[in-house]
Amino acid sequence: MNARYLPYILILPVTLFLCVFFLYPFVLVAQQAFTTGSGFTFDNFREITSHWKFPISLTNTLLLAAAVVPVQLALALLMATMVSRMGKGRDLVLYIWTIPLGISDLAAELIWLAIFEQSGFLNTMMSGLGVIDKPVNFLSYEHPGVVFLAIALAEIWRATAIMLVILVAGIGLIPKEYYEAADVFGASKWKQFTRITLPMLRPSLQTALVLRVILAFEIFAVVAALGGTLFPVLMGETYTYQFDLLNSGAAAAMVLVILAISIGFTLIILRILRVPKGASI
Amino acid sequence: MTDTVLVDAANTRKWGRYLYISSVVLLCAWVLVPIYFLMVNTLSSPETVNSFPKTLVPEFDLGSLTFFAGFAGMLTALKNSVLVAGMTMVMSILIGAPAVYALSRFEFRGKSTFRLLILLTRAFPLPLLALPLAVMFIRTGLDDTAFGLALVHTTLAVPFAVLITFSLFSGIPIELEEAAWTLGCTRLTAFTMVVLPLIMPGITASAIFAFVISWNEVFAAAVLTIENRTLTAFLLQNLDTSPLHLKFAGGFILVVPALIFIFAVRKYLFAMWGIANR
Repeated sequence: MNARYLPYILILPVTLFLCVFFLYPFVLVAQQAFTTGSGFTFDNFREITSHWKFPISLTNTLLLAAAVVPVQLALALLMATMVSRMGKGRDLVLYIWTIPLGISDLAAELIWLAIFEQSGFLNTMMSGLGVIDKPVNFLSYEHPGVVFLAIALAEIWRATAIMLVILVAGIGLIPKEYYEAADVFGASKWKQFTRITLPMLRPSLQTALVLRVILAFEIFAVVAALGGTLFPVLMGETYTYQFDLLNSGAAAAMVLVILAISIGFTLIILRILRVPKGASI
Repeated sequence: MTDTVLVDAANTRKWGRYLYISSVVLLCAWVLVPIYFLMVNTLSSPETVNSFPKTLVPEFDLGSLTFFAGFAGMLTALKNSVLVAGMTMVMSILIGAPAVYALSRFEFRGKSTFRLLILLTRAFPLPLLALPLAVMFIRTGLDDTAFGLALVHTTLAVPFAVLITFSLFSGIPIELEEAAWTLGCTRLTAFTMVVLPLIMPGITASAIFAFVISWNEVFAAAVLTIENRTLTAFLLQNLDTSPLHLKFAGGFILVVPALIFIFAVRKYLFAMWGIANR
């Protein structure tokens, strides 16, 4: 076989596959969003944005991302720095901290349902401590704050691990010489963190944030049972349009809205955390 | 004077150490305790699960799990989940591995474009693409089949499979292959006899990762299957109507493979992202 053509033959399967199942659906969804049966139109977008639930689900999705992502970033950074200095037990601790990585959003939501439901563990503990007389139904319209908190906690619990993994890998790539030099000049641990770790970690932070923020806009199953109809989000509305209202044009328009938000935020993160030209480890 | 300073410094260091250890323990508990609660619920009888207050130790009653196994359609859903995840695993390796070999061993025109395409897929909310694909699947007769869903899940898993195996391929010096060539191996036999044994554990790891991605996926599964629901889609569909003990048992069945799989691939999790970042 001619070695010149070999690489192209080798990448052909993936390329074809991604064209059929990644690029083609994109074209399809865009087409669907801009048509209603009679040519090019913005009707689908007008329909979804004028629906009373749209502003609520948009705010809910953005608010949740704004509440969850910074906490996760801080937590993942803390865990990653703690692990990097650990000697004995490092493997065990890392294993435990990365367990949620393998847990689906649906399972995570069921786990937190066991804590927050009316006969759940939070009520058990609170009545055990004498704070409440009888079990409270936390996940109802009377307690929107608790519903938000439960969803946010479930998200933080589940999805911090993916950032942790990326940051631990990133910290592992920073040469030890920088820290040794900093020690020689008497820099404190905090100074080493802000002057060496954070700047050197930029590419990893970029990856972690982009991935995490996109996942935050995809939030779907966690909300389904913890919040139900109390806490509409964009992805859930898309599902409703497709299956309960059988309006695939509107669903396609929702898909494009979520995509646009994701791409917008990706560009912002890439811009803020851009790596200066020519700078590398 | 200097003594007190030294004692102070020693004290600070001791307290810092305590603080460090206790926060590590606390963070471990933060991950483990919620899973423990789910386990307590799963290993209790349905009556206990619905009663109040809860006990903090499981009573080791298999009532909930038996109910789960006997619930109409649940075992089929479980079987579907395993089937789809298995197919995803095989397809993502078969499709991904050749491309990785090309990426790590050849310089060719369009290489950077190709890498960009792979990375791009990671930056999009992929499950959303299940909606347009549903239409396409109905036309081709792939709707509501395990294979159709596995194709979508492979799209999710292939970028990860490529990233993991790429990081491992790059770690194997090309000199090993060149040595094999001089000793009379062809490109193919050098690959199967020298490189393959070295990267086998890594390929296994990325296969397991693909399995987990498919096993956990909810949205596309719920969109693309109607009769042949996977476990996640089935649980989601029956969320409003199913009793608590069924939900918790289902959740537990979803979590258990995750615990095992993450343990199996823990070494490779970090290698993958180290390369992917650059």
